[in-house]
Order: sequence, then C-alpha cells, then structure tokens
Amino acid sequence: MSVLVLADHDRGALSPATARVVGAVSELGPVDVLVVADDPSAIAQSASTLSGVAKVLTAKGSSLADGLETLLSTLTVRYHYVVASAGSVGKDVMPRLAAKLDLMPVTDIIAIRGPNSFDRPIYAGNAIQTVTDNQLRHVLTIRASAFRPAASGNAAPIEALDNPVASAANLIATHRTESDTPDLATAQIVVGGGVALGSAENFQLIEKLAKKLGAAIGATRAAVDAGYAPNDWQVGQTGKIIAPDLYIAIGISGALQHLAGIQGAKKIVAINTDPEAPLVKLADVALIGDLFEIIPQLIAELDRLGLKR
Amino acid sequence: MKILVAIKRVVDHNVRIRVRPDGTGVETSGVRLSMNPFCKHAVEAAVQLSEAGHGDEVVVVSIGPKTANDVILTALAMGAHRGILIETDAALETLAIAKLLAKVVAEENPDIVLLGKQAVDDDSNHVGQMLAALTNRPQATFASEIKVVGQGVEVTREVDSGRETLSLPLPAIVTADLRLNTPRNAALPMVMKARSKPLAARPAAEFGVDLAPRLVVEKISPPPERVAGKTVDSVAELAAFIAADVSNMEAL
Ligand SMILES: Cc1cc2nc3c(=O)[nH]c(=O)nc-3n(C[C@@H](O)[C@H](O)[C@H](O)COP(=O)(O)OP(=O)(O)OC[C@H]3O[C@@H](n4cnc5c(N)ncnc54)[C@H](O)[C@@H]3O)c2cc1C
Ligand SMILES: Cc1cc2nc3c(=O)[nH]c(=O)nc-3n(C[C@H](O)[C@H](O)[C@H](O)COP(=O)(O)OP(=O)(O)OC[C@H]3O[C@@H](n4cnc5c(N)ncnc54)[C@H](O)[C@@H]3O)c2cc1C
Repeated sequence: MSVLVLADHDRGALSPATARVVGAVSELGPVDVLVVADDPSAIAQSASTLSGVAKVLTAKGSSLADGLETLLSTLTVRYHYVVASAGSVGKDVMPRLAAKLDLMPVTDIIAIRGPNSFDRPIYAGNAIQTVTDNQLRHVLTIRASAFRPAASGNAAPIEALDNPVASAANLIATHRTESDTPDLATAQIVVGGGVALGSAENFQLIEKLAKKLGAAIGATRAAVDAGYAPNDWQVGQTGKIIAPDLYIAIGISGALQHLAGIQGAKKIVAINTDPEAPLVKLADVALIGDLFEIIPQLIAELDRLGLKR
Repeated sequence: MKILVAIKRVVDHNVRIRVRPDGTGVETSGVRLSMNPFCKHAVEAAVQLSEAGHGDEVVVVSIGPKTANDVILTALAMGAHRGILIETDAALETLAIAKLLAKVVAEENPDIVLLGKQAVDDDSNHVGQMLAALTNRPQATFASEIKVVGQGVEVTREVDSGRETLSLPLPAIVTADLRLNTPRNAALPMVMKARSKPLAARPAAEFGVDLAPRLVVEKISPPPERVAGKTVDSVAELAAFIAADVSNMEAL
C-alpha cells in the first residue's frame, strides 16, 4: 500500500505540518512526498530527512488548486493513498482531486484506526464520526496537530518531475503577517486573546506574554473581525485548529466555534473577569480578574521564577 | 452576468448539539434549523454583485427535504431572483451534492457559482472544490473579498499565512468565508415579496446522478470529556502552574 503526501511549505521552507502528516500515514505504507514550489530544492531536502519517506518528488509551479489537481491526478495511479494536511492548500485541492477521480475524500482526520478506517470531527468538534472507506483509492486530509511528527535522520532520494503545473488562475498579491512567532497549528504553547483586549495596541500585551513563553499567538474571530489581530491568528471552526501542550486563553468567552479549535489542547488556562464564561468552566486552571492588571503581573512573576524558553 | 448560489439548511449554529446515545448520529429532531452561515455570506455577495450591476440574475439552489424551502425563501427575501429546490430526503455525501450541482450548472450556465466554504454541520469544506473539478472551472476558496475586474474576478482568500489575491477568468467557482461581508436581514416587505418569486421544486432522481454513498459511517461519538479544573486566587499561583507545566514539556 503506497502513499503520496503533498508537502506544505512556506517561504521556501518545509512546514512543520508535513512531518506530522508523514508520521500519521507511514504505518499505511511507504511514503513518497511531493513538493510543488517555484524553487522546490531546499524544501525537498528537508522532506527527504523524514523517517518513513521512500522518495521525494519535485515539480515546479504554484500551489493553486487546478494546477495541483492536474498533476496529482496523473500521479495518483501509482498510489493507494493521496494525502495532504488539512491546511489551506490541502483543503483547497484534495476535494477537487477526489471529485476529479470520482472518489469521496475523507478529510480532517484526527485518528487512523486501520487501513480504511478513520475518525473525523463534525459539528465543530462536538461529535466524532468514524468512517470506513472501501473505495479503491483514498484521498485524505490529516489534521496535523492530532499526530506526532515523524523522526528525522533519513536521506531519501529526490527525483525531479518535468510535469508543468499550470493554473487558469493567477496569484497577483500576497498579504502576509510578518511575525517571528512559532507556527500556530503546531505550536507547543499558544497564548490567545479575545475581543476584550479592546484594540490592536492592547493586543500587544498578548504578544508580549507569548514572546516570554516562546508561544504562538491565537485570537478569536471577534478579535480578528474588530481588527485587533490578523486573520491567520484566528483559532476555531473557521480558523486554525490547535493542539498545544498549553493554551492560555485571555479575555475569551469560549463560544463553541472557538472551542472547536482548541479541543486538542492538553492544558488550558483561562483569564477572564467572568467566572461563568464557558472557557473558565472548561479550563484546567482559571484566574478571575482583569486581564490588563493580570498580564503585566504574570510576565513579571514568570521573570521572577526565571522562566526561559 | 448570471450568478448561482448553493445554500444548505443546517442545524442553527447557536444550537449546542447532542450525540445520540446509540451512536447513530446527532439529535436533529425538534432542533432549530436555518441557513448555513457561510451560505448567507455567499447569498449576500451575489446580491451585492447584482446590485452593483454585475449580475442580471441571482439563482439559488438548495438540495434537501421539502422543508429546505425556507432557506430558499430567506435567500429570495435577501434579494435573489429565483430558487431551485432539489428534493431528497436522503443524507447525501458531498460528492453526490457536487454532482447534482454540476447538472444545475450545465443547465443554467452561470458565470459565477458562489458557495459557502463549509457547512457548520458536517464541516466538510468540499462541495465548492468538487464542483470546480466536475465543471472544469478555476476556483477561489475561502473568499474575503470579490471584485469584478474586466472580464474576470479578483478574489482575496484567507489562507494559513494571511491573505492572497487571485485573478480568475470567468466562469469560476468562489466559496465564501465569514469576513466577506455582513449578510442583511431581509425587511418584512422583502419577505412578503419573496413568496411571489419563482421557485421550482424538482426531485433529485430526475437528474440521473448516482447518489449512493461511498463511505460507511460506522458511528458518531461524543468527543472525550475534559476533567473539571480549578480556579486559583492569585497571579503567583497561576505563574507557578504555568512554569511547572512548561518545565514538564517534552522538548520537540
Ligand atoms: C442523518 C444524516 C446522515 C448522514 N449520513 C452521511 C453518510 O452516511 N455519509 C456522509 O458522507 N455524509 C452523511 N451525512 C452528511 C451529508 O449529508 C452532508 O450533508 C453532505 O456530505 C454535505 O456536507 P457539508 O454540508 O459538510 O458540505 P460542505 O462541503 O462543507 O458544504 C460547502 C457548501 O456547499 C454547498 N452545499 C452543501 N450541501 C448543500 C446542499 N444540500 N444544497 C445546496 N448546497 C449545498 C453550500 O454552499 C455549502 O456552504 C449525513 C447527514 C445527516 C443529517
Ligand atoms: C459560523 C461561525 C463560525 C465561527 N468561527 C469562529 C472561529 O473560528 N473562532 C472564533 O474564535 N470564533 C468563531 N465564531 C465566533 C464565536 O461565535 C464568538 O463570537 C467569538 O469566539 C467570541 O470571541 P471573544 O471570546 O473574543 O468575545 P466575547 O464572546 O465577547 O468574550 C469576551 C470575553 O472577555 C471577557 N472579558 C471582558 N473584559 C475582560 C477583562 N478586562 N479581563 C478579562 N476578561 C475580560 C468577558 O467576560 C468575555 O468572556 C464563529 C461564529 C460563527 C457563527
């Protein structure tokens, strides 16, 4: 049973999600990784070190859905599984590929029970569906945060394909959020802020605490809609799904659409003025009070304890 | 220009759902149903394009039981011109939904098809992309802005690294994210007027599409429960908890 994994990458580097996808599917069979990028070589190099990888394939082009669909559908004949992470590229291309191949995809997988048995969340994570996929070929997306990364140390061969990757669409602009914080979807610690922060300037309090902890930064939809935080920080049903060891939720009520994004968190800390807020009820540890007083004190206290990351 | 919008009737997003104890699914009887929020943004976008002179006709289509009529009426009250209900009582998979929609696209030949990026019940996030494959059209998913420019559209999408803008030739498929616009609440006169707009109901069987499911849902279970936590009284206690947790973390 052979597996093809579509690699995720950003700014010329392999994304942490890919190691987790490879880790998740390597029990299904030998894994080939496909890297599609304008300059795939460095990304392919990183992918080749992942354990479980048999071969890395590279193609030059953009990550737009129609182009990737065409390339993947020609490669698919050689594989039993075609897999991507449930990130924005995987979500965009895999259902398209599946329909092209007349297959029903299984997406956002959080557990692999066997070669054709998968768990996926529905209703914003309030229910888990277990599905059996008896189709001849499987098109899957994996929720990376639910799996542990593959080890490195491998040196798989790299093979360049000469298939062109052409799209009818054109990428004409990218608007990215410049920050040096860790990748939100795979971070070990996340500090999240809600609309209670009140402004983009105040949101820097969250960023300061995150920096102290070496954490990624999350936000609620309400905070993003209000312009306090960029859209790619949004956590929840429509944002990113996170599964950190520690999630610190500050001034966040805990609407079920937000909770959908944090169910995989091992420990949850809540800071909120309202003892009845759903997130306070759900948290492992909660502190009731005003975030504007608490955050500076907390940073000072962590300094005093000599916490370093 | 003609715009087709696909809309789905789902359990209202404010309802806290319950998994049936026997594992067969989610309790939907007696639960409030309404238009999927993402579909509302899609309808609003279509109506706004039409109001800006880019759409002569906005057609909405929903696949579901007879009662799905009410979301079509909502869309007509928001300003869509005509509705199509594809009637089925079966719970269809996304591939079957996309195949039915592809038939409607072949009949109607719209320049833009707008869909929600995902439905809040099954959270699949498939149908728009599948329809794009089946109709061989370019796609722009997760749209937060749509502009008609010349003979095509420029769509800004929300992606993992921020946002990106694509230009697409028409015809094309676009799926709506929540920041695309603020859906209007239809005023009463519009609700009354909606009842007189054309609405065709057609059985799903009429389209000659294989609707049989490909996947077997073995069971639906509730997510694991979290153990109840505690409230601490001081920042010092909170800091101690965080510091202890961090020092216990495995280095990745
Ligand atoms: C009782 C029950 C049993 C089920 N059993 C199964 C099963 O055995 N296997 C299975 O895979 N699924 C099953 N489902 C789920 C299935 O019916 C989904 O509704 C279907 O797969 C669509 O998924 P989605 O809405 O998440 O699509 P998404 O891809 O998330 O929807 C995206 C967009 O597509 C459009 N769209 C989606 N559905 C429609 C529609 N009906 N009409 C018009 N536009 C639409 C909308 O614009 C929507 O915003 C079951 C559901 C129920 C209630
Ligand atoms: C279809 C759909 C999808 C959605 N997807 C998402 C999603 O992906 N992610 C998401 O987050 N939301 C999502 N939402 C929105 C969600 O329903 C909530 O509206 C949102 O999460 C609320 O954000 P919040 O907690 O910042 O704001 P609020 O709910 O307003 O909560 C603010 C909290 O801050 C507390 N507070 C106020 N002042 C202070 C202070 N000084 N110190 C400490 N605490 C204070 C309050 O007690 C309150 O608990 C979605 C909604 C819909 C309909």
